[in-house]
Amino acid sequence: MTLRLPSMPRLGLYLLAFVLVLWVILPIYFITLGAFSTQDAVYSYPRELLPRHLSTSTLSFFLHSNGVVPALERSVYVAAITLAVALLVGTPAGYALSRFAFRGADMFRLSIVSTRAFPIVILAIPLSVTFIRWGIDDSVIGVAIAHTALALPFAVLTTSSVFAGISDELEEAAMTLGCSRFGAVRRVILPLALPGLAAAAIFVFIISWNDVFAASVLTLRHRTLPAQVLTAANEAPLPYRVAAGFFLMAPSLVVIFAIRNYLFTMWGRVMK
Amino acid sequence: VATVAETRTAAQRMRRWEGLPYWLILPTAGYLAVFFAWPMVKSFELAFQDIAGNWSFAPVRAMYNDIDFSLALKFTLLLVAVIVPLQFALALVMALLVNTRLRGRGLILFVFILPLAVSDLAAGLVWQSIFTEQGYLNTVLQGLGIIDHPTIWIDPRHSNWLLGEVVLTEMWRSTSFIMIILVAGLQGIPKEFGEAAEVFGAGFFQRLRTVVLPMLKPALQVALLLRVIFAFEVFASVIAITGRSKTTLAGQALRWQGEYLDSHVAAAYALLILILSLVSAALVLRLVRTPRERMLR
Repeated sequence: MTLRLPSMPRLGLYLLAFVLVLWVILPIYFITLGAFSTQDAVYSYPRELLPRHLSTSTLSFFLHSNGVVPALERSVYVAAITLAVALLVGTPAGYALSRFAFRGADMFRLSIVSTRAFPIVILAIPLSVTFIRWGIDDSVIGVAIAHTALALPFAVLTTSSVFAGISDELEEAAMTLGCSRFGAVRRVILPLALPGLAAAAIFVFIISWNDVFAASVLTLRHRTLPAQVLTAANEAPLPYRVAAGFFLMAPSLVVIFAIRNYLFTMWGRVMK
Repeated sequence: VATVAETRTAAQRMRRWEGLPYWLILPTAGYLAVFFAWPMVKSFELAFQDIAGNWSFAPVRAMYNDIDFSLALKFTLLLVAVIVPLQFALALVMALLVNTRLRGRGLILFVFILPLAVSDLAAGLVWQSIFTEQGYLNTVLQGLGIIDHPTIWIDPRHSNWLLGEVVLTEMWRSTSFIMIILVAGLQGIPKEFGEAAEVFGAGFFQRLRTVVLPMLKPALQVALLLRVIFAFEVFASVIAITGRSKTTLAGQALRWQGEYLDSHVAAAYALLILILSLVSAALVLRLVRTPRERMLR
């Protein structure tokens, strides 16, 4: 529903919108400006509010700091494994939820949704004990397993809403024309679902990229990037923190830009 | 004869499909059973066993006697109590704004959802660079002539300032998450409702109170539920901004696990977080009843 606001002066609304846009944009602008200025500029006061001394020295100082590049690599590996496993395991379940009215479907969906009520905090601690026993503590695989547990419910629900948006008459038509169900899904449904699945995959990637708690609990010497940054954050010099803030934030902004058109389809149903 | 045979194979094929959905959900169910449900059970075990593996309240007692326990509990509850109402008000304003016929509202909506995927650690570092002594806040305030020398905003002696800084950070980061649910909810309200109210002479705030908010209740309920649950898990932004001056329950769980190497007490903290989030989820469900539920009672 659109609210018409005849009594409110339009100018006031634009002003309000402008203020709120600034509230969101300014912190992003500041951290970006800081990350792309010289280290001297980061230490200087008053800070420059316009990009005058553009430089990559602050960012490269961060990237050359102890352990950052290996941590970055591990973060990417973990997120890639999480993405692959969560989608491989979750997509069939999402398809089943969107296509079949089977006994226990509601129960399954409900338990998937209710995983959101259980914080990652409670999941990570027992996993760390188990992983020590299995010999995969402090490893990329261990973190990826935890992240997949975290991202899988999300993958199931989003892929289910992606498939629900594609008419099942299409695969019935393909099956009438001689395709098996698997063939119909592969040739007809998957190509149509691909953009939506890609959006879901991208979001799974960022769920893994963003996690600090599980990664901090499950690793010690082989940290992922957020865990590494969290360990170093309070002792590190200002340029490190500024560059780290930018570096951890930037992918999330890119992701939102990439999947902006899918957010409402994904969210609208995930939330229900 | 041919038709009978065909029907039989079709029926057989159908029967074969009956099992299919179960095969499709099996990997997910298996994975979540092993790596989600089982750890949950284990964490109860951890929280109520001593190091020797005997049932005991020792971890819970150790948590209660933790020097930072009351600090963490108080700060977590305070954060939830302050952040959630404030950011719901802000999210509602943002959602209504996006829902008006302002020019450029598509762009405004895009800007509003930008922080949606930013982690609490990243947000903490971003706002730390604003609040720090040589930071942007002091630069802007001094430039405007409001202060004449840099103020130390991140000051352990000013507990309320630290609270305010974490609140602002969390509001910046996670309001878009609520807004997106509210926008989706607003779009589900038929526009005839508002128009009818308008015909009968209802002003903006009257329509908001009598039409929009009641119709928005289901969306509000979902948003509130998820937000409250997530709010109890906050820790990285608190560490990034306040260092060790402030701590939360999740922060303590991490410290006991990572620094004191005691999974039992860490699990006790985690369990406390779970209990608090479930209790507040139940509270939300009681307080924000959707119209359908009210009819059922």
